[in-house]
Amino acid sequence: MIEQKSFPIYKPLAIVIGTSAGGVEALTKIFIGLRAGFSIPILVVQHISPSSDSYLPKHLNRLTTVSVNEAIDKTSIEEFNAYLAPPNYHMLVEEDRTISLTVDEKVSYARPSIDVLFETASRAYGRNLLGVIMTGANADGASGSKLLREMGGFLVVQDPKSAHISTMPEAALQLAGADYVTNLEGIIEFLNQLK
Amino acid sequence: MINEEINEIQNIEIRLFLEALFQRYDYDFRNYSQAHIKRRILHRMNLNNFKNISEMQHRILYDPSFVQQILLDLSINVTEMYRDPSFYAAVRKEVIPILKTYPFIKTWHAGCSTGEEVYSMAILMREEGLLNRSQIYATDFNHKVLKIAKEGIYPIDQIKDYTTNYQKSGGKESFSSYYDANYNSVIIDSSLKKNIVFADHNLVTDSVFAEVNLIICRNVLIYFNRELQDKVIKLFLDSLAPGGILCLGSKENLQYSTHFEMFSVIDAHEKIYRKEYRH
Repeated sequence: MIEQKSFPIYKPLAIVIGTSAGGVEALTKIFIGLRAGFSIPILVVQHISPSSDSYLPKHLNRLTTVSVNEAIDKTSIEEFNAYLAPPNYHMLVEEDRTISLTVDEKVSYARPSIDVLFETASRAYGRNLLGVIMTGANADGASGSKLLREMGGFLVVQDPKSAHISTMPEAALQLAGADYVTNLEGIIEFLNQLK
Repeated sequence: MINEEINEIQNIEIRLFLEALFQRYDYDFRNYSQAHIKRRILHRMNLNNFKNISEMQHRILYDPSFVQQILLDLSINVTEMYRDPSFYAAVRKEVIPILKTYPFIKTWHAGCSTGEEVYSMAILMREEGLLNRSQIYATDFNHKVLKIAKEGIYPIDQIKDYTTNYQKSGGKESFSSYYDANYNSVIIDSSLKKNIVFADHNLVTDSVFAEVNLIICRNVLIYFNRELQDKVIKLFLDSLAPGGILCLGSKENLQYSTHFEMFSVIDAHEKIYRKEYRH
């Protein structure tokens, strides 16, 4: 089921990352590990309590040269930037490559939902999208990952054995398969070699 | 056919579908957020086992009863009482003192959905002694949600969350004094409704209907593209009396609007703005 497709030869135009339980720690490692000057825009859904404040983007912003912010409705997606879905909002990517936020019903019991980000980003970026699914305690992101691969995007899944909680990567692997399965260090190495 | 091509075709079909909905029934979703519309239309297509969006377009043209379903799909009616308690706390602190200087206050809840936020604000105004000199307009284009708003009957299982929200927002009374509980629902105290007019108004196609001192329109503009957002903000600008106040949702903002200069910022975090006095 896991295809070890050769690494994409060209740089993706955007990266989407989805994670849940254990994700803050994983994201912290990823952003610390990104090489200085990393330029590909990153969109992140981390499941988070609806009433939480904007601690996470501020925290991640301190770790990297990438400018990490909570997403604002109708922002253009730019290089050298990372956008986090705000608590209690879905984050969607428009085909003109701007961000829309919505307060639609929860999807896969979550708002923000990884499926919503992955599906809309797949339609906007097609084969120029890289998806990353990491640790988490539910199946959100699996159907979005499936569409991402159907649209020609490249999917990296954290090796369930190495994940803090394996449910989310396992669900993605089961429904969507993957182009590359590796641990966190492998994900960082993979991201840093994109050029 | 490869998926990229299907995606292209679906985009064409969606434009045609929205055009059909507009030309046949006057509901204009053509300038809504495209990603949102596409998600919702594809969701309906899969639920009802349509082969494609064109098939759905045929159905909507020939079956008026299907329109109500589509309206419910496309317009989002997720709301709650005292959603974002910190917003209501900011209204008490920063907006109410301004309103208290007026002899009579007109408020417009634009896109009021099922009415939870209308009653939240009516309660707040009563506690601040303003409700009896208020006229409140609560509008939506969707008749189904407007009917629920008018009735003011809500499922009882949400009351616990609403009570917590109310308390966090700085509520001064016992929240249960504002409703009567039945077996599985609550009905809002009818004296709160005395000064509220519920009416059909479409932000996309209708125009100014009154001059008001306060507009509350939270989490509606995010569903529009930038162009339509701008048009609706102009409508708000034209509807506000000089010095009038505009409240948006906490992730919405005026910064991309060409009318930004016409407002001053009262609370940047809670997205509370005031129309300048100059012209």
